[in-house]
Amino acid sequence: MLLDANTSMDLKIVSLISVGKHPTSGRARRAEQDGRAVELGLSVAEAGRGKQNLTVLHAGDSQQSALRSYAGMGLESVRVIQLRESADAVSPLTEYLRKHAPDIILTGVRAESGESSGMVPYLLAEKLGWPVVPRIANIVSIKEGVAEVLQALPRGQRRALTVRLPFIASVDNAAAEPRQSAFGPASRALIEQQQASSDADAVRSEWSELPARKRPKRLKVVKAKTAADRFKAATAKPQGSGGKVLKDEPVTEQAQAIFDLLLEEGVLR
Amino acid sequence: MSDSDYSDILRRDPRGERIARNRLHPLHSTVAMQVGEMRGPSGLLRKNPHSVGFIGPNGIKRIDRLKGNAVAMSGRRNAQSSQEVLLPLHQVREPAFTIVVVPDMVGGRLTAHDKDILGQAHQLARSMENDSTGLGAVMAVVFGSSKEDSFDKAGVDRLLLLDGSEYEGYCPEQQVTALEQVEARIKPQYWLFPDSVHGGTDLGSRLAARLGERPATQAWQVNTETTICRGASGSIDITRDTPRLLMLAQECANPIDETRHEALPVEWAPVQSVLPELHDLGQVAVDPNAIPLAEAEFILAAGNGITNWDQFHATAKALGATEGASRVAVDDGNMPRFRQVGASGTWVTARVYLAVGISGAIQHMQGIGQCDKVVTINTDAGCDMVKRADLSTIGDAEKVLDELVNLVATHRQQASHNHSAEKEGAKDAA
Repeated sequence: MLLDANTSMDLKIVSLISVGKHPTSGRARRAEQDGRAVELGLSVAEAGRGKQNLTVLHAGDSQQSALRSYAGMGLESVRVIQLRESADAVSPLTEYLRKHAPDIILTGVRAESGESSGMVPYLLAEKLGWPVVPRIANIVSIKEGVAEVLQALPRGQRRALTVRLPFIASVDNAAAEPRQSAFGPASRALIEQQQASSDADAVRSEWSELPARKRPKRLKVVKAKTAADRFKAATAKPQGSGGKVLKDEPVTEQAQAIFDLLLEEGVLR
Repeated sequence: MSDSDYSDILRRDPRGERIARNRLHPLHSTVAMQVGEMRGPSGLLRKNPHSVGFIGPNGIKRIDRLKGNAVAMSGRRNAQSSQEVLLPLHQVREPAFTIVVVPDMVGGRLTAHDKDILGQAHQLARSMENDSTGLGAVMAVVFGSSKEDSFDKAGVDRLLLLDGSEYEGYCPEQQVTALEQVEARIKPQYWLFPDSVHGGTDLGSRLAARLGERPATQAWQVNTETTICRGASGSIDITRDTPRLLMLAQECANPIDETRHEALPVEWAPVQSVLPELHDLGQVAVDPNAIPLAEAEFILAAGNGITNWDQFHATAKALGATEGASRVAVDDGNMPRFRQVGASGTWVTARVYLAVGISGAIQHMQGIGQCDKVVTINTDAGCDMVKRADLSTIGDAEKVLDELVNLVATHRQQASHNHSAEKEGAKDAA
C-alpha cells in the first residue's frame, strides 16, 4: 500500500461491522465480508500511522459475543452504538459519521442476517453526499487525497478506479481474507458503548419471515404440437444453429475470421 | 336482393365436376385442388373416399395420416429449419402505464437473467391490465453500445438506448442521473433490476437511495400485491408488500417466448452529463490461469489434435485466455487434471470458447453447454464440435494458431502505438 506523507498522518478509517450467521449451524459469528472490511481497514491503517486510525463500529446489541471475534483481530476496542433489535441503524450511523468525519468507510456487501439488502453503504453515501464504490478487492494507493482502488468484477476480473476522499466502499469476497481471531485479545478488548435513539423500522414490522423454502426448479417445457416433434425434442442432440465453416480458405483468412470474432466479443485485452 | 342472399344459393358447376371426375383431363389438377369440400345437392358435406391421399412416386396410393408433417420432415429438413415461425405481435399504442427494466447487457447482449426479468415485467403488466383497462408497456433502458438484435423477441415494447460517449466504461453516477430523468418524465409503475454482480444490484441500490424507495432485493416470487424475497444471506424468505423498485433473483419468471414485441426506440432529450467522482481506469490485467476454470470468460482448450504444446501455451498467453483441455489431452499427461473440461472435469461458463483439435465427445459438449460463442479449429469437418460451433475453421491447427498469434501481436502493437501517440498529443496540447 502506497500512502504519501500527508494523508498517512491523519487518515481516519471506519469499518462497519455486523453480526454474521453461520450458513449451516445458524450461530452468530464474524461475518465474512465485514471481517474482510476490518482486515482491509487494518492494512490501510498499518501502512499509515498505526492501528489507532481505524475505528470498528457496530450499531446494535453491545452484549453480542460475536463482536469479540472482530476484536480478536488485534483491535484495542470496538465501538458500539446501542440500539434495539427492531431499530433502524442508518440514521444513528449517519449522525456518528457526520460528527467524526472519517476519510474512508468500509462495509461488507451484504449482511448475513436480517433483510441483507446491501443498502447501508448506499443510504449512508446518499445522506453524507459521498461517492460509494461497490465491491472493492483492495485499496492500491492513496495519494494527495485520491485513492486508487481495485474493484472486483465477476469472472475473476479487476477494475481500477480512482476516487477522491472521503468515500464509502463495500468490500467483496475477493479481498484479502481476514486474519485469525485470537481469544485472549478478544476478551481483553474494550467494547465502547454509546447510547443512541432511533425509530423502530415500521415497514419491516409488517413483513413475515419464514425459513427459506426451496425454490422450484425450472422445468424444460417442450412446446411440440405433434408426436414427431416431441420425439425429436426428446432424442435430438442439442446443436447450434449452424455456424460458419471455413473449409478451403487460406490459413490467413481463417485466422483473421477467428481474430475478428474475438475482437468483436471483446475478450482480447 | 342483397349479395349475401346470392351467396347463400348453392350453385353447381357441372363442367367443373366433370373435369374433377376425369383424372386425364388437362385441367384436372387445377380443379381438383380447388375443390376443398364437396357439397351435395342438399348442402350436405360429402367426402369423396377416392380423393383421400395422393399417388406416391411408385404409382401406389398413399394416405398421409401425419397431416403433412411427414413430408416436411423427410424431404426438406434444412429448408424447414431455416424457416422461422413468425410469432404474434404484441402492440401497445398508448401505454396506460410503464414498467421499466434496466438489463445488465453483459457484453452488449441480454443475459438469461435479463430475459427472465423482462418476462416478470410482462407478468406484472398483465395482472395490472386485468385490474384496470389500458395496456401497459415494458420499457428497457440500455446503456452503452448494444449488440443485441432480438429485443423484440425478449419482450421489449419500448427501448431507450443511451449510447453516448459518457456511458462508456463504469459510470454509475451518469446512469443514475439518466434513470432519475426517466423517473421524472415517465413515472414508471415499477422499476425492475436484475440482482446480479454485473452491475444490476449496484445501479438499483443507487437509484433506490436516490429516490428514497425501499427496494426488495433477491426477490424471487413477485406479483402486484406481495413479494417473496430472500434475506439473511439466502436463509430466510421475507414476504412483504411489493415495492416500486425491485431487484430480482435469477429465474424469477419465465422469459417471453410466445409473442413478438415492438421494441420501439424512445426519443430522449440528452441527459446532462454529471461530473463523476469515480474515474474508471479500465480493467487490470489479471493472470488468466489464476481464474478458476468454471468462471473464466475466455478459454482456449486443447484436445487430441494438438501436437505442439509449447505453441499452445504461448498462444494462450498471447491471447490472454485461460487454458482448458479435453479428457484425452489430460490422460496423455499433457495438461493437469484440473484443466479438464467436460462431464468428469469442470463445467465451464465462458463467453468465448476456442477449442483446438477437439472433436467434441458428448461428455465434452455437456461441459461447454453454457458457453455463448464456440470457435473451433479442427481437421474433421464432420465432427460434433463443428456442428456446435459458431465459427469453425478446417485445417492445420498449428498454422492457424501461428497466424492468430501474429494478428494479435500486430493488434497489440498498434493499440499501444495509438495510446502513446494520444499521450504525446495530450502533452503537446498541454
